[in-house]
Amino acid sequence: MRITLVGVAGLAVFVALTAASAQPSGGTVSGKISYEGTPAKPRPIDMSKEPSCAKQYAAPLKTETVVTGPNNALENVVIYISAGAPDEAAPSQVAVSAQKGCRYVPHVVVLQVNQELKITNEDQTLHNVHAQATSNREWNLSQTQGAAPIIQKFDKPEFISVKCNVHPWMSGVFAVVKNSHYAISAADGGFTLPNLPPGTYTITAHHESYGEQSQVVTITGNEKKSVNFVFKAKAY
Amino acid sequence: MGKWFAILIVIVALASAYPILFHQYAPPKTISTDGQAIDKELDATMAEAGITFLLAQFVLAFFIWKFTGRATGAKPSRLPGGAKLMVAAAFVLVGAELLALGVSGQRTWASVYLTAPKADALQIQAQAGQFAFYFHYPGADGKFGPLHPEKIDDANGNFFGLDPEHDVDSRDDIISGELVVPVNREILLLLHTKDVGHSFYVRELRIQQDFVPGLDLSMHFTADTVGRYEIVCTQLCGMSHYNMKAYLNVMSQEDFEKWMKQKAAEQ
Repeated sequence: MRITLVGVAGLAVFVALTAASAQPSGGTVSGKISYEGTPAKPRPIDMSKEPSCAKQYAAPLKTETVVTGPNNALENVVIYISAGAPDEAAPSQVAVSAQKGCRYVPHVVVLQVNQELKITNEDQTLHNVHAQATSNREWNLSQTQGAAPIIQKFDKPEFISVKCNVHPWMSGVFAVVKNSHYAISAADGGFTLPNLPPGTYTITAHHESYGEQSQVVTITGNEKKSVNFVFKAKAY
Repeated sequence: MGKWFAILIVIVALASAYPILFHQYAPPKTISTDGQAIDKELDATMAEAGITFLLAQFVLAFFIWKFTGRATGAKPSRLPGGAKLMVAAAFVLVGAELLALGVSGQRTWASVYLTAPKADALQIQAQAGQFAFYFHYPGADGKFGPLHPEKIDDANGNFFGLDPEHDVDSRDDIISGELVVPVNREILLLLHTKDVGHSFYVRELRIQQDFVPGLDLSMHFTADTVGRYEIVCTQLCGMSHYNMKAYLNVMSQEDFEKWMKQKAAEQ
């Protein structure tokens, strides 16, 4: 009888402790990125000069500088904390970018300062990755089919526009940020920044064509705050 | 020994003439009127040079056969007139040959490269850049929008640097990665390069034109057969020159108009 009582009490304490540690450790900022106005139409890309890539698409790939979703959602926006959070050392995991179908997959890669980026060529053709950086060192590296991945890192925060010197239509973004609080808006425009310790943060949303916007948010505990951004679309 | 050598020369000469005479490795059939004139010129040159070559080889073989195996110390015969006559004969014969080919060739060249296109030729701008060709059509208003190199934005498909926001003429312009033309219509291609030297060549058209940085050049042609033909860059322009190409797509007038409508809707 006593053993059972102790057992049940112990179990209750264990469950209580487990439940307590399952609570979110910090606040969450989430929201939706959308646009107003009429964006320019994405243009179909002619890949006929590279048949091995062209044949991978039933319908031609379209330009990805502005990707929209239902209800005026704006995709591929990088949301990050530009002020109020301490700079963080680079994580050990490697960020990845693949050249597949003569396209950068994903179109936007977010990584931290000094985090390793691994770029692979999965196409049957030569590519040349040209990171058009201005604060970081600008470089371009050729990568034949089947070559080893390119491993690079960036030591300053910057939004780097990436192109291929062999295939002019290819474009991507390497977004280098200072801490681990970042997100990319999804097809529905939604994003979440979880695990924010108490503090006052400048949340910045950056779109490669429509610019940057910031809002300030204060987190005191484990609350959820909603922050939305609306970008002005450009017809041209 | 010498006689065998003479025989060998004759065999090698005939063997090298064989692929030419029997049209092995012939170029693809030409699809332009200019192409026919160029082919005639190439055939004439090959015939003239081929006959001269064979004659020379046979004469050489004959002399080797006749004069080989003579005793050491035998005096060589001399042709009447000696070296002076030979040199004079060479000048006259070779000179006449070159003159004939030159006059005939220059007529063909002029008909292709120095003859102005008709006033109603369809104008298309062609831009070569490392490592792709792009083509710019004036659209329904028939006017090319101005080009602003600082506005070139490949990621958005604005390869020519058009500014439709401020230039009304640009708004209906069509940009294409493929050179699409109607059959039997004279095309005036307006060429410029974005960066280094390139060259435009379609085997079936038989005409080729370099893109020279800083120059606005042109070439004109009329394609007479519907089909899809490869445009290759024939001027070394960098690491991906080997892969730099586009396609010339010759369509019926009807299909061409359909294509223009479809492209206009996409811009």
